[in-house]
Amino acid sequence: MADAIRIDNLRKNFRLGFIPKTKPILKGISFSVRQGEIFGYLGPNGAGKTTTIKCLLGLIYPDAGTIEIFGRSHLSPHSRQSLGFLPENPYFYDYLTASEFLAFTADLFGLDRAEKDERTARLLKLVGLERAAGLPLRKFSRGMLQRVGLAQALINDPRLVVLDEPLGGMDPIGRKEIRDIIVRFKAEGKTVFFTSHILQDIEMICDRVAIIVGGRIVKEGGLRDLVSEKVLFTEVTVSGIPPQAFAGLGESVSAQADRVLLKVYDESRVEEVLALVREQKGRLVSLSPRTETLEDIFVETVTRA
Amino acid sequence: MKIGAIAGITFKEAKRDRILYLLFFFAALGIVASRVLAILTVGDRVKIIKDVGLASISVFGVLMAILIGTGLVYKEIDKKTIFTLLSKPLHRAEFILGKFLGLVLTLFVMTLVMSLIFLAIVYAHTLKVEGALFVAVGYIFLELVLITAVAILFSSFSTPILSSLFALAFYLIGHLSWGLELILKKMAPGPGKSLVRALYTVLPDLENFNFKTEVVHGLPIPPGIYLSSFLYGVCYTAFILGLAVLVFRRRDFI
Repeated sequence: MADAIRIDNLRKNFRLGFIPKTKPILKGISFSVRQGEIFGYLGPNGAGKTTTIKCLLGLIYPDAGTIEIFGRSHLSPHSRQSLGFLPENPYFYDYLTASEFLAFTADLFGLDRAEKDERTARLLKLVGLERAAGLPLRKFSRGMLQRVGLAQALINDPRLVVLDEPLGGMDPIGRKEIRDIIVRFKAEGKTVFFTSHILQDIEMICDRVAIIVGGRIVKEGGLRDLVSEKVLFTEVTVSGIPPQAFAGLGESVSAQADRVLLKVYDESRVEEVLALVREQKGRLVSLSPRTETLEDIFVETVTRA
Repeated sequence: MKIGAIAGITFKEAKRDRILYLLFFFAALGIVASRVLAILTVGDRVKIIKDVGLASISVFGVLMAILIGTGLVYKEIDKKTIFTLLSKPLHRAEFILGKFLGLVLTLFVMTLVMSLIFLAIVYAHTLKVEGALFVAVGYIFLELVLITAVAILFSSFSTPILSSLFALAFYLIGHLSWGLELILKKMAPGPGKSLVRALYTVLPDLENFNFKTEVVHGLPIPPGIYLSSFLYGVCYTAFILGLAVLVFRRRDFI
């Protein structure tokens, strides 16, 4: 089975300025996205995420390297027949209503009238915009435009969905809804390739990730392989005991009123802290072991690169 | 189908443009003012009405084609709507052709309305429908189609202001290049004449679409001219559109 996306040694330079100066943006990136998985593409601003997506969609021509979508060249319109794309900060024709805009995008896939009407109604409902279907897009908030963008990306019932910052500009409820929709795609057998700055979301729903820094892929793999379950430290909040009593057991992070927040790096010391609390008749407010997160990996990788 | 969808959206967008209605207002004013000018003129009043009316349709039509056409592709790139469109299974050539046809449709509607006003005023004076006027208007429209293609060509790689200047220069050169033909007739054979001939071949000759003088003054037009002017217009438009597609196909949308 062909990969949903296969990128091999992709290079792209931009020539910028009045006297053009060559600036390398992508320096030979390679990775693949398997069919049916949710793949997170991470990187700091200016790392080359959007340039990679633009190359994938044929909006930018690479200087070198190959890109395949389901085993076909990315430049073939046929490969885009099974692809849906949501751009970052989407802007659409603001004089059209949401329904008119979706009908227009359906025309670009050559859908017949019945199919067009059915999909437009279904997708507006899916993204929670059925009540705003008749409003011109200029009256939409950023979050609503994001939802229209997601609906238009799905109009062709794509096998591969490419989402550039789909959670940007969304409120927490909207973010959860979009996350749920993305997870539903996976259940339907679709492949999702998306970029996001919100690492908790990526961690929650992605199967695999790649981290791009300075135009190079510096880390790629399954989320569970990258993020270890080792406990980094344990956070203990205690009340009724002065912070000095914990000297040598852990690092006192803060002490407010009679509460003390401790960071205990040595797991074996946690028991000693608990014994001390019992002994001095203090009260244990909370105890939480902190395992490694994607954010830790990301910050460490970007800093090191 | 896809070209039709792009053309439809372009038509919708163009008819929302205020410049279109402003130019239409002045064109209509010009056509109606021809009636006033005719009253103030000694001689054949109908000729003045026809002359000023046809000139108004031509000049304001060209301004519509240039001012709207030069922003069409640029706006899609500037507002990034192009990202959504080209991520669909749409050839870049289909996009350019759709944009072109959408504006041609807009200009057709505007030319039709301007012509109806013009023909009504002429009819009020002559009480007859003159077929020759339709010919003159038809060739004005053909010229507008070519200017639209030129505007879209420049719009595919330049800003609206520069594109408007380039397209206007194309229009002016096109109406002055016939002077080279006169020079050619008076030049002695030699490298200079070859150079002028080459220049005349390359430069557009928009006087091919100008039947206003013949129609206004009732002069005979050789039948072959109609066909050659028509073919010239169609081929030149196809050539310019081909260039626009070539330029647009090579572009990166950063």
